[in-house]
Amino acid sequence: MPETLLAPLRRLGGRVVHSVWRLGLATRFFFLTLLYSGTCVRRPHLVVKEIFSAGVLSLIIILVSGLFVGMVLGLQGYETLQTYGSEEALGILVALSLVRELGPVVAALLFASRAGSAMTAEIGLMKATEQISALEMMAVDPIARVVAPRFWGGVISMPLLAALFSAMGIFGGYLVGVVLIGVDEGAFWSQMQAAVDFRDDILNGVIKSVVFGVVVTVIALYEGYDAPPTAEGVSRATTRTVVSSSLAILAWDFVLTSFMFRGV
Amino acid sequence: MTMKKTTLDLWVGLFVAAGLAALLFLALKVGSFSAFEAGKTYTVKASFANIGGLKVRAPVKSAGVVVGRVTDIRFDNTTYEAVVTLSIGNQYKFPTDTSAAIMTSGLLGEQYVALEAGGSEKMLSNGDTLRLTQGAIVLEDLIGKFLYSKAEEGGSGGTQPGLAP
Amino acid sequence: MSDNLVEIRDLSFAYTDRLVLQGINLTARRGQVVAIMGNSGCGKTTLMRLIGGQLKPTRGKVWVDGQSVGDLDFAGLYRLRRRMGMLFQFGALFTDMSVYDNVAFQLREHTDLPEEMIRDLVLMKLNAVGLRGAQDLMPSELSGGMARRVALARAIALDPMLIMYDEPFAGLDPISLGVAGDLIRRLTDTLGLTSLVVTHDVQESLKIVDYVYFISEGVIVAQGTPQDIRASELPYVHQFVHGEEDGPVPFHHPAPDYAEELGLAHA
Repeated sequence: MPETLLAPLRRLGGRVVHSVWRLGLATRFFFLTLLYSGTCVRRPHLVVKEIFSAGVLSLIIILVSGLFVGMVLGLQGYETLQTYGSEEALGILVALSLVRELGPVVAALLFASRAGSAMTAEIGLMKATEQISALEMMAVDPIARVVAPRFWGGVISMPLLAALFSAMGIFGGYLVGVVLIGVDEGAFWSQMQAAVDFRDDILNGVIKSVVFGVVVTVIALYEGYDAPPTAEGVSRATTRTVVSSSLAILAWDFVLTSFMFRGV
Repeated sequence: MTMKKTTLDLWVGLFVAAGLAALLFLALKVGSFSAFEAGKTYTVKASFANIGGLKVRAPVKSAGVVVGRVTDIRFDNTTYEAVVTLSIGNQYKFPTDTSAAIMTSGLLGEQYVALEAGGSEKMLSNGDTLRLTQGAIVLEDLIGKFLYSKAEEGGSGGTQPGLAP
Repeated sequence: MSDNLVEIRDLSFAYTDRLVLQGINLTARRGQVVAIMGNSGCGKTTLMRLIGGQLKPTRGKVWVDGQSVGDLDFAGLYRLRRRMGMLFQFGALFTDMSVYDNVAFQLREHTDLPEEMIRDLVLMKLNAVGLRGAQDLMPSELSGGMARRVALARAIALDPMLIMYDEPFAGLDPISLGVAGDLIRRLTDTLGLTSLVVTHDVQESLKIVDYVYFISEGVIVAQGTPQDIRASELPYVHQFVHGEEDGPVPFHHPAPDYAEELGLAHA
């Protein structure tokens, strides 16, 4: 009888221990990556190449999603604000939601599923096809040569993508609100400008996206590096990357938001 | 390979330039640098009997122009009043007998501190305190007062003796 | 300096609970092609990783060029690895680079040579494996045999003293098989290398090697020159060389009695 009660507890304990263990390994991996980043400074082209695959290749999805999110915000915001007769505040609503929250968060979620999963799959396959072993045997450190450039490529791309997402979204809101519905253009921009503060809103948004960039790339790279070198292992690692980085983005967003906008 | 490398560089260059342009757009067109950063401002204090719904970061306006921000709100344990710290841009000078009032923009809008310049020759400097203040008008009080005066009118007519003073 | 490039004494290795290698003694003299043979899963690849320093021995020592591999620090190990080449089973070419860039990889990583000189060296190495014409192809466009030859060119790019081959013959057609065997022998002789070949392809390797070690269940069960091996009367070697189905290595994985498992024993 006690065994039936103990078994689930034991399983739960095992899971917790396992998660903490992996979290520790991922943290160690993160610091190792920072430690071996010298190569990226000496050979910046390695990072440029990774900015291409993480940033440039994610551009289309980021721009298109940004535009649509902004357009939806414009429509929904207008509907709600109209009830209170303050359609001019549409600019504020669109800009603040994008710059503070939606820009960094949605761009990071898209980045995780587009670039993060690609990173995991690529490194996992490099491991499965012994390319990582080959690097080691050629006296080239895989963390310095493969992981660190991808890390910096991702961390540099993320805030730029988030800014493009927000800018595109505001443009989408402008299209729907001003061009389509006919909110006064002057009021749209001037109210927005008066309400959005550079340091409190925009800079905080950028800080968020940098943190998300670090979180997503570390998870993606660690999952890839840690994946069992089989087809099944790589595919599961890719799924885990998307799931855990999405959860991590939302959790970190809550933590950062509560620090940044507490007094306001 | 060299060909491929240059196109890759070009794309990355375009991407970084576009990203920075987006940031610049957000900074200049969407937001505004608050002109009241530390170093370019002086602070003055003002005590209010009631600040209503005033919040930190609320604007400080004079004649409708934003001249500063509220940077701190404290409760004074000896006078039982709210001490509000205002951070005002260095380019805006006010006489020492300037008065401060807490106003509401529109009927339900945000609250701000309005400054009205006095006639003194001396100008305010960092750390000074404003003497003349008027607290927030609280809607409930206003309605209460209104009802009270109505009742008073009615009371003099003798219809509601219970409410007469 | 000793005549032995690789020397292994009393080497044992265990993954957490499973003993993989036990009491291995092995020597490879300079200029030799030495084969390590055994059936799949006997610990051959583990042995190679121990020589390359990717694993540390549980007991015993591995010396390469007079240095004990397991006792080297990170920098020392990486210095030693620059003088070793390793050919992985399926080549392990970098899939995001062309054949040319794959071969040039180590030259670019470890030397400051000007690009023209790298070009000459790469073309020389590619020529040595007969694939100078394939320099612009991507690894995905190569056949298995070609990929392995490119990997070989990459492994010899820095003129190593030792090359280890992990199953160089696995999955090759008869022509590629002959080419690969000849190439290993020729490169060893012309470049003054030492080669360690881990394989289970007896016929092909017996043609080209100088000495053979047989490993079974983590211990060396037989060794000798190809002539010794062919003439060997040891049951295991005999089974292996002649490819017999049943012998000391049973056809059946250990299992309970067949009749009993089918439920016929009670009848």
